[in-house]
Amino acid sequence: MTQSVEPVLRVRGISKSLSGKAILKDCSMDVARGELKVLIGPSGAGKSTLLQCINCLIPPDAGEIWLENEKLAMHDRTSLCAFRAQVGMIFQDFNLFDHMTAEENVAIALRKVRGMSAHDAHRRAQEELGRVGLGRRASLYPAQLSGGQKQRVAIARALAMDPKVILLDEPTSALDPELVGEVLAVIRDLSRGGMTMIMATHQMDFARALAHEILFMERGVIIERGTPAALLAPGAGTRTQAFCTSLLDMGGAGEPL
Amino acid sequence: MCMNSLITVWNALPFILGGSLVTIANVCVALGIGLALGVPLAVGQCYGGPVVRRLVGLYVWFFRGVPILVLLFLFFGLFVWIGLPVEPFMLSCVVLGLTSTAYQSQIFRGAIQSLPQGQLKAARALGMRDAVALRCIILPQALRLSIPGWANEFSILLKDSAICYVLGTQEIMARTNFVAARTHEHLALFAAAGLLYFLITLAGLHLLKRLELKMQIPGYSAGME
Amino acid sequence: MDIPFFTQEVLPALNRGLLVSLELIVPAAILGFAGGVLLGVLRVFGGPLTRRLGNTYVGVLRGVPLAVQLMMVYYALPSIGIYFEPYGAALLSFILCSAAYHSEYIRGALLSIRQGQVRAAQALGMSMFQTVLWIIVPQAARRALPGCGNEIVYLIKYSSLAYLVTCMELMGEGKVIASNTFRYMEVFLVVGAYYLIMVTLASWLLRWLERRFAIPGFGTH
Repeated sequence: MTQSVEPVLRVRGISKSLSGKAILKDCSMDVARGELKVLIGPSGAGKSTLLQCINCLIPPDAGEIWLENEKLAMHDRTSLCAFRAQVGMIFQDFNLFDHMTAEENVAIALRKVRGMSAHDAHRRAQEELGRVGLGRRASLYPAQLSGGQKQRVAIARALAMDPKVILLDEPTSALDPELVGEVLAVIRDLSRGGMTMIMATHQMDFARALAHEILFMERGVIIERGTPAALLAPGAGTRTQAFCTSLLDMGGAGEPL
Repeated sequence: MCMNSLITVWNALPFILGGSLVTIANVCVALGIGLALGVPLAVGQCYGGPVVRRLVGLYVWFFRGVPILVLLFLFFGLFVWIGLPVEPFMLSCVVLGLTSTAYQSQIFRGAIQSLPQGQLKAARALGMRDAVALRCIILPQALRLSIPGWANEFSILLKDSAICYVLGTQEIMARTNFVAARTHEHLALFAAAGLLYFLITLAGLHLLKRLELKMQIPGYSAGME
Repeated sequence: MDIPFFTQEVLPALNRGLLVSLELIVPAAILGFAGGVLLGVLRVFGGPLTRRLGNTYVGVLRGVPLAVQLMMVYYALPSIGIYFEPYGAALLSFILCSAAYHSEYIRGALLSIRQGQVRAAQALGMSMFQTVLWIIVPQAARRALPGCGNEIVYLIKYSSLAYLVTCMELMGEGKVIASNTFRYMEVFLVVGAYYLIMVTLASWLLRWLERRFAIPGFGTH
């Protein structure tokens, strides 16, 4: 792991309320280059809202976002689009464009946002699909792919933009158990290759093995943070550890890699 | 007498069939106007501000609430008032087109709103501007979903176009009326006209069905219906 | 603006016409709906021949413009010895036509009721008649309401076609004044307003009915 001093992404004091109810309260974090941060916590804790606030898909009420020492002007559409083009996003329910083949899904933003020629964009799309092991499925439509394949296409779509950070919003929770492994394997390889990522997940074994830092969220607040070793050690007495034990009791922990 | 009726219809057939070209042209132009204006109206209603939404709502309310027959004479009066040349075919196209705009905008609006929220989110997450997302992601899907509603709109427009004969548009109804008034063979002639409309409807729906199948996204239609 | 022209000539004539329009719309709506229910039930529960006949009837009446149907009833039926007044011809055409459209919604609503509903009713010991009355009709009526309501709104607008067979309703009265004075725009703006008001009131009433009878969480798509 190559950690530089300056964080790639700085998130400061993000708050968000919806119809009077506070969803996020003063969430902050620094993400170093090459770091994998894992957000865990019960459903409704605000993990997904936080990730969507980071790239302003849900505009936060307060807070600042810095990408490589440049503060995001959230209300300027041009800089917002430029920012999003550098921050990849993987959704829980894939959100592939249903009217486009896998290859077109990967190529569309290269053409329309990066302004690449159709030829170059499609060659790049082929490469990225190959990287996630789907080179031979490029001409299939989303409805013809399995859940795991869809999520890998979504990852390829994000990777094609050469993102500085990737946000992953429970990328495996909509998948059948036997398909979780193939997606986690891709994410693991990305992390080992030095990709900076923030991932919300319930896959505790994955978090334990690969996370550089775990952030535990509850009711819109990041209440604990630390290395997996510190938070998850038996008898650590942390809220994180108690949560993981309850997940294990319910049989909700993920498949080991 | 039966023989005479058939001979009358046979003799009038070329004349009436000529009218079906006018009918078809009228419907096609109106569908085109409705498409060209209905898409922006639908987009305005889905993504526009409160003023735009209110204005679109007003337009739709007016053109869906006033009968075609009343609109034909109203626009006749309007054309005379502002000094435009009153040409029946053009007037018919304008009235049917503006009415169809109101109905088509609602078809497209329904289709846009039926798309999952995530499609727009994913496009934005890739850094697309909303205009690009609309053109490349939302509309290609929404327009496909609109084809069945569009087929319905076609058959309604075709039937409404028969009303335009009151202005003197030389379409099927006008020509049938013209021959019937002279030969008094109303039954046979209007039966033939009815059959003609029926056949045009079938042909049009067949074409649109083929379009729908051709545009279908593999593996997708079953999930959306 | 020529106020006396409106208050002394246009409005009295249009009010007269409005009355005739309502005399067309109300019975046509009621009888058309009744016919549509009958036709819809026959098309779902009838034998093969009844179904075939019903489907053909609906196919023909939905495939041919209402204007042509009016011409058939008013101008063509006399040639086989059946005569109608303009009002009677218009009313008959409207009933026949809207029955065909209504039956489509009724049929769809009946078909949308899942087999399990019927089985559950029978498992509780209900007779077929009780099942239809207490289980099928209440659900089907709610499903059909939006479509049938729309059809009635259409009927209000298309009642203006009665003018084509010289029935002096709202549209006809308007046309006479407009032709006599050649003030088409003003007169038809007012005529349009009459129809807009009727259509809007009817839509409100129907939406209220839909809400009134909505079942929470029960999709009416």
